[in-house]
Amino acid sequence: MRCIPISISRSSVLLPAVLLLACGVSWAQGPTYKLGRTPTEAEVKAWDHAVGPEGKELPAGSGSAVEGAKLFAARCSFCHGKNAEGIFPWPRLAGGVGTLNTPTPIRSSGSYLPYATTIWDFINRAMPRDAEGTLSPSEVYALTAFILFKNGTIKETDVLDKKSLVEIKMPNRDGFFPTTPQANADKDHSWLPFWDQVKDLRKEDKAFDGK
Amino acid sequence: MIAKKTDRRGFLKGSAALAGLAAGSLPFASGNAHAADEPTAGLGVTPDDPVIEDLAYGGRSRFETTIRAHSVGTLNVTGLRNLTPLQDTIGAITPAAYHFLVLREKHLPNIDPKEHTLLIHGMVDRPLVFTMDELKRFPSVSEVHFLECTGNSGVMHYKSYLSDQKKYPDTAKDVRFIQALHGRTSSNEWTGVRLSVLLKECGVQPGAAWIVAEGNDTEKHAKSMPLEKCLDDVIVAYGQNGEALRREQGYPLRLLVPGWQGVNNVKYLRNIKVVDKPYYFQSETTAYTNLRPDGKASIYESQVGPKSLITFPCDGDQLKDLGYHQITGLAWSGRGAISRVEVSTDNGRTWKDAVLQTPIYRKAHTRFRFDWNWDGSEAVIMSRCTNEYGDIQPTFTELAQMWGNMAEPHLPAADVIKFWETANISEFLNNPIQSWKIGRDGSVKDALYTNLNIKV
Repeated sequence: MRCIPISISRSSVLLPAVLLLACGVSWAQGPTYKLGRTPTEAEVKAWDHAVGPEGKELPAGSGSAVEGAKLFAARCSFCHGKNAEGIFPWPRLAGGVGTLNTPTPIRSSGSYLPYATTIWDFINRAMPRDAEGTLSPSEVYALTAFILFKNGTIKETDVLDKKSLVEIKMPNRDGFFPTTPQANADKDHSWLPFWDQVKDLRKEDKAFDGK
Repeated sequence: MIAKKTDRRGFLKGSAALAGLAAGSLPFASGNAHAADEPTAGLGVTPDDPVIEDLAYGGRSRFETTIRAHSVGTLNVTGLRNLTPLQDTIGAITPAAYHFLVLREKHLPNIDPKEHTLLIHGMVDRPLVFTMDELKRFPSVSEVHFLECTGNSGVMHYKSYLSDQKKYPDTAKDVRFIQALHGRTSSNEWTGVRLSVLLKECGVQPGAAWIVAEGNDTEKHAKSMPLEKCLDDVIVAYGQNGEALRREQGYPLRLLVPGWQGVNNVKYLRNIKVVDKPYYFQSETTAYTNLRPDGKASIYESQVGPKSLITFPCDGDQLKDLGYHQITGLAWSGRGAISRVEVSTDNGRTWKDAVLQTPIYRKAHTRFRFDWNWDGSEAVIMSRCTNEYGDIQPTFTELAQMWGNMAEPHLPAADVIKFWETANISEFLNNPIQSWKIGRDGSVKDALYTNLNIKV
C-alpha cells in the first residue's frame, strides 16, 4: 500500500478497506508502463475456466450419476476404486460423513468439501491423469453427480447442470473457520491469532519433557 | 562428456601447464607429453572426470554426492517429492539444485518462454496479456525468501518415514530423518516484477478482494489469495539465484509469495483473475486445510510461523571427538525478520544466544551458529527463534495447546496430540522446537517425534 503516504495503525481494521478503495480510484487513472496488450475474447475465454462456489463460469451441459457411473468405471475407478472409495495412495472420494469430529476422521470429497463446485472444478482442470482437459462439460457434470450420489448427497437420477450444481448444500458446508474468509486486516499478519500466544503459554524455561 | 578422448588429453596438457603457472611452479614446463597425459597423480582426476570444456554450465566435484532424496511415503508410488538435504546445507542460501520440489503430478512441464504469456483479467479496467520479454521490461526486484511446503515437519511425514523404513528398508535407509521430516524448505534469491505493479497496470476495480492464480502444468494448479497480500510483497518471478528459474521451480514464471505456505507459490504462472471472493479449489479445501479434533478445519491461514532447526549435529550424525563443535542451523519466519535464536544444550533448562549470519533478510532462512564443547555426556540440544514482532517458536506441546485453545470447547494439548497421533490426516503450520539427543557414544537421534505414540 504505497499509494497513500500515511502510516497504518496495526490495530485498525477499517482503514485498509478505505485504502483499498482509495487505491482503486487512483489506479483508475491509467497504466504507467504501457506494456502488454489487450487479450482477445477467445484468449480470456480459454483461461476463464476456474469455477468458484457461485458457479459463474460453469458452462452449459448436464449429467446424472447414471451416466457418471459408466464414465467413472472406465476413466476413474483404476485409482479411485469402483465405488469412489479410493485405492491407496489415491484419494478417497466417498464416505466418512459424520466422522470428522472423531479420533479417526475420514476426509472425502463428500464428507469434507464445503461446496460441490470444487469437485466439478478439479475434475475439469486436472482429471483424469494423463488425459487432463479431455472430458466434455456434460461428462464432468455426470462424474460430479456420481461422486455426490456415492456420498448420499444427491439421488442417482438427479441431473446436475449450471444451476443445480451451485444449489447443492454439502454436509460440511459450515465445517471451516473462518466461515467468511477475509483479506487479512494486517498484510503482515495471518488471520490466525496464533504465534503471539506462545508468550502467554510459556511462563518460564524448564526441562523439556520430550514434546 | 562432449570432448573426445584425444582432444581431452590435448586440452588437459594445456590446462595442467596453466595450473602449474598459476601455482607458481612449473611441473610440466619441460613439455613432457607423458606427464601431461597422466595428470591424475595427486589431483584425484580420473579419465571420466569432466574437463573444463565440459563445464560450460558448471558442475560439482564427484566427491560431493548430496542429493534431494525422494520423500518417504512416496518411494514406490510417485517419487515426485525431492527434499532439500538440510543436513548438508552451508550458509543461508540453498543451491537451486538442492531446492525441494513438491509436484502432485507426474510430468514436469518444459515451457518455451517465447510461447509463454501471463494473462490478467477479471475485475480490472484493462485486461492485459504479457509476454516474458514484456514482464522483464518492468522494474525488477530481487529478494531472498524462504519457501516451505505447507505440511513440512508434520506428524503425517513422521508416519510415512516410519512406514517406509519398515516397508522399503533398502531404499529408505539412506533417507536422513531431517530431510524426510523437515526437508520441504529452502531459501533462494528470487527476481521478478512485483504483482502489485502488474495489477496496477491493469487497474483493479473497487470491490475486488481476491485473486485466482493458475499455472500451466498438467493439473493447472490453482490458488485463491487475498488481494491485499498481492498488493504488498508478492513477486512474479523469473529469476532464481542469479539465473532463470529451474524447470522444477516453475520455469519460466512463478508466483513467489513471501512468508506464506508453499502451495500459494503457483508455478508455471499463466493466468490471474481478479475476483471478489475465494474459489475453494481442491488445493485449498480437500488439501492444505487443517482439521481440528472437534471436526472444524482452518482454511486460508497461509502464514508460516517462527521456526528454527539445528542442522548440525542432527539425527544420523556421529560425533567422533570430545571438545569443540559448532552447533549450526536455520531459522525463518513468515512474518518479518528473525531477531533472535537461542540454543539450549541442557534439554531446555538454560538458553544462550546464537550468532546470526548477516545480513538478515525478512521472510528468509537465517543461518545461526553456536560454539559448544561436548564433554562426552548425554546431551539434548535444541534451538528456538523469535521474530522482529516478538513471536516465539513454540514447543510441540505449546503448538498443540494453541490448536486446543481454538476448539470449542477448548481442548487440552494432550488431546490434540493424541488426535495427531491417531488421525490419518495431514496437519499444517508445524513449527515445533526440534530436539536432538546426543548419546555417550556420540550418536545423534531425534528426541521429539520419537516420543509420540505412533504405530505403523
